[in-house]
Amino acid sequence: MNGISINMVMLLAAILFVLGIVGVIIRKNIIFMLLSVEIMLNAAGLAFIVAGAKWAQPDGQIMFIFILAMAAAEVSVGLALILQVYHQHKSLDIDKLREMRG
Amino acid sequence: MEIAFYITAFITIVSTLLVITRHNPVHALLYLVVSLLSLALIFFMLGAAFAALLEVIIYAGAIMVLFIFVIMLLNLGKETAEQEKKWLRPKVWVGPAILSLVLFAELCFLINTDDPAFYKPENAVEPKVVAISLFQPYVIAVELAAMLLMAGVVGAAHIGQHKKMVHHRFLKEEELS
Repeated sequence: MNGISINMVMLLAAILFVLGIVGVIIRKNIIFMLLSVEIMLNAAGLAFIVAGAKWAQPDGQIMFIFILAMAAAEVSVGLALILQVYHQHKSLDIDKLREMRG
Repeated sequence: MEIAFYITAFITIVSTLLVITRHNPVHALLYLVVSLLSLALIFFMLGAAFAALLEVIIYAGAIMVLFIFVIMLLNLGKETAEQEKKWLRPKVWVGPAILSLVLFAELCFLINTDDPAFYKPENAVEPKVVAISLFQPYVIAVELAAMLLMAGVVGAAHIGQHKKMVHHRFLKEEELS
């Protein structure tokens, strides 16, 4: 892996994942929460890629491709839900969307 | 090589931090695109050139455009014009521009270098190997991913359609059919 330490890349993936979790927790807007979920998926993909590069196997990139497909499906359904919620409630604030009394 | 990785990792972390702290969704999206581009550069340095391509084309190209479309759909209003004027100030785009200029300089350096360690890492995984592995041992997973994407498309089309509100109870049957 020509000089790049696997520990550092794993640390970067962990930092990105934590940033995604922090984003999900601190934001009140559904769009930002979806963006933070994307950040977390990217961090997981980075971990897979670096593991695949460590042993020079293609499985890491294949898992990344599946993560990509999953993210695309998730984003399309999530954004359709966001549009529908906005049309019904005129707001994207999760504190105002309390239909389920959660 | 390591210094290039550390610069890129720093850009990734900074732009991701800015994503989760911006108040305006479009600013956050700009920084998220920068973060994805720098992650693609890291994938390239790790020898996963195919994954780097997919990251740029699908993530930064397709999924982010989907986000931008939805944000534009949600912002249709009288205040859109002033908002556009506000968003196009240099303060808005200078941050992502600087970060992506650093990435671009790094990319130029990586392309122009003569050291084969940069453009052909020792344990790089070729796209051919990935494709062979994808369509031989993992072919069932590919089919499952296709079904997942199909379900995603159908689900998004079903959720996203507008139901016409009909207030007259006798007209309801005709409007729905």
